[in-house]
Amino acid sequence: MGADAVFHVEGLRKSFGQNEVLGGISLDLFAGEVTVLMGANGAGKSTLVKIVSGVYARGGGTMRLAGKAFDPQTPAEAIRAGVVTVHQNINDGVVADLDVATNLTLDRLSGKGASLLFKPANVRAEARAVADRMGLGIDLKARVSDLSLADRQMVAIARAMAHRPKVLILDEPTSSLSSAEADRLFSLIDRLRGQGVAILYISHRMSDIRRLADRIVSMRDGVVSGVFDRKPLDYEGAVNAMLGRKIHLDKVVARSSARAVFTAEGLRLAQGSRPISITLGAGEVVAITGLVGVGKTALAETLFGVRRPLAGTMHMDGKPYAPGSAREAIAAGVFLVAKDRAASGIVGGFNIERNISLPFLKRMSGFGVMKKRAERIAARRQIDELGIVCRSEKDELSALSGGNQQKVMVARWMSQASRLFILDEPFQGVDISARRDIAAKLRASADGRATLIFVTELDEALETADRILVMSEHTIVGEHRNDDIDLDRLLAEVAGGPLHSAA
Amino acid sequence: MSSSLAGKATARERSMTLRAYAIRYGFIVLLVGLIAYFAVAADGFASPQSAVFIFQSVAITGVLALGVTATLVVGGFDLSIGSVATSAMMAASYAMVVLEQNAIVVVIACLVIGVIVGLINGWLIVYMRVPDLLATLGMMFLLLGLQRIPTEGRSIATGMTMPDGSVANGKFSEAFLALGRHRIDFFIPNLIPVSVVVLVVLAALIWFFLEYTRFGRMMYAVGSNERAAELAGAPVKAYKIWAYVISGVFASIGGILLAARLGRGDIASGNNLLLDAVAAALIGYAVLGAAKPNAFGTAVGAVFVGVLLQGLTMMNAPYYTQDFVKGAVLVVALVFTFALSGRGKR
Repeated sequence: MGADAVFHVEGLRKSFGQNEVLGGISLDLFAGEVTVLMGANGAGKSTLVKIVSGVYARGGGTMRLAGKAFDPQTPAEAIRAGVVTVHQNINDGVVADLDVATNLTLDRLSGKGASLLFKPANVRAEARAVADRMGLGIDLKARVSDLSLADRQMVAIARAMAHRPKVLILDEPTSSLSSAEADRLFSLIDRLRGQGVAILYISHRMSDIRRLADRIVSMRDGVVSGVFDRKPLDYEGAVNAMLGRKIHLDKVVARSSARAVFTAEGLRLAQGSRPISITLGAGEVVAITGLVGVGKTALAETLFGVRRPLAGTMHMDGKPYAPGSAREAIAAGVFLVAKDRAASGIVGGFNIERNISLPFLKRMSGFGVMKKRAERIAARRQIDELGIVCRSEKDELSALSGGNQQKVMVARWMSQASRLFILDEPFQGVDISARRDIAAKLRASADGRATLIFVTELDEALETADRILVMSEHTIVGEHRNDDIDLDRLLAEVAGGPLHSAA
Repeated sequence: MSSSLAGKATARERSMTLRAYAIRYGFIVLLVGLIAYFAVAADGFASPQSAVFIFQSVAITGVLALGVTATLVVGGFDLSIGSVATSAMMAASYAMVVLEQNAIVVVIACLVIGVIVGLINGWLIVYMRVPDLLATLGMMFLLLGLQRIPTEGRSIATGMTMPDGSVANGKFSEAFLALGRHRIDFFIPNLIPVSVVVLVVLAALIWFFLEYTRFGRMMYAVGSNERAAELAGAPVKAYKIWAYVISGVFASIGGILLAARLGRGDIASGNNLLLDAVAAALIGYAVLGAAKPNAFGTAVGAVFVGVLLQGLTMMNAPYYTQDFVKGAVLVVALVFTFALSGRGKR
């Protein structure tokens, strides 16, 4: 099978320090085929892409391009050899302040043989040729900053294609596009496929994958966990291989709740999505799972008042609840441990104690003056309860491991009693023991409040929750009691299966 | 094997702590060393009068520096402080000499100017999304021009001729001038000028505010991670605007002191205020290894510059070397903050 592959990767390895990220990846890409690469966060997709595109050096294994050894030392070398990558962040691929024509020919402005003078006529002629080959219907004189995201994406891809690559890697290209915009991208990809380019398409969106995939490769924990190339493609199998269950150690004894704390009726998160209705009871832990980009964070932010729903009402303890800001949500007893602690949780200049007290300064001060003793006591109690490994409450967060940093974030919001406790991807970048500690603490302290966690990894939901809801396309498509769960049905729902094939 | 590893670790730890001490106390040691050197080398440097003179020379820039510290804390910057101060000075002079108002009205009017400029700065930055440096740069130009319009570019003094040909006969009130010239008895009669008292009081106030109140704490959080602060329920926009209001008010207090010291509205004065104040605040980053804007550091930074200039002057260094010396001190302090402490992210 590897014989006629344009691009052939064998036994690729990569470690960062002690941490092995890629444990021997083998992958084949064929001319005129779209190979979809699926994998949860931390599966090693981006590391793989960075090795292939020459950003990282590989730790072991071989790569061959069109039969010849391929060993790029820099991104520029990879591009010259014919492997071009369009990264997830669209604005990395274009220069916003220049016009489309200049962007399309940007790579010829530097490097060997580049002319010293900038000749606008030549640039436009070259850009025109590139645009025609791609069927790019964009005004070449337009400034990129005036274009829509989709158009910028097209320009970025067209710019990549100006090198006439053999292999094109697209890293989550639709993550910030609307579905109409994505359609334009798909027809462009169809065109490239027709021209015989081997395409590696990285995505979580099942609708993209159904539309484009000729083959699917699933990754999990740094190895290929499944290759699917027999038509019709086995989408559920691919999702299962990507998320699938590891050996299950902690079995949850599912509890059910009698008293509702939080209800939402007819909540709509996005244009054209079906409304969501949920009820969360006192003492239960509910997990909402689904692939990246299905609106989990949007729902979390809506409940926390940082985002307005398009329609629908919410109630807390029977009273109407329509928070206009995080402040109002906190006052109503709704707390959120936000996703991505580095960007939206940790205050870098603050030590553990100050990070924990941050939302509750008013409760820990008199006449505006901080009560440092109360602050210290609260911090020490939380360090104790969550088992945060540190020298003292005065430690800077940068001195802690990822798992302990996350514990501090959880501790922040557990230091005061809440009515609804929301955690968005609380186990991201967290080692297994910290994850167990946090999950155990969440379950042990769940009495009296409703707890809602948003996780992509199924294991995390199965290990933590009493009830599991499945999200797809900005709505909830399934509900399971975590008790002899029908995993096949759940995976089908995650994959946006037959239940939902219309979308 | 394990013991040698442990040995290495402790050696590394020891060098780390040495370095930590250097970062923490380096600047204070430098300041003490400088004072000791001047005390020996320059006659009359080690006297109460000399100490008071140093404080007096840095009082106005110190007050401005404390204000700009507030904006640095929320991750902003205020380039308009110098021109706010001179605008307040011109406004005070105009109010007394032309409009013949009393001291209390004048002081209130100046403070109101500070508040208004702060609110406009904050509004531009928070709601109009103009980057802080550009918004306050624009405000600086605007005020530099505005303060000259009422008198068609002339300085203001009693007996001046107005644009319409009349003569302005108002006087600076004694009470107002006392703010700049009165000296309070402190062991030695007539020792401490009011402006130094103002500096010390404001320094203590802003220090307490930033270090001990929940508002100050939240301002640091806003400066360090705005999104985290917002998700923790902080009204981030309000905090940012408040920081610029504090900065504007402090700058206008500086302007009042300047007017009271000069006793006239001199359009040429106050050129160095902005740079000196910013330098003091940035030097403050290095004091006690804080690596962040802080009131105590700002005050020490201001005094540091004052000591250096006073000492050099007493040793007959020419006046034109002053800016060079200030610049050199600032660069060294910034290296302390960003390179040595390894926390070069604001």
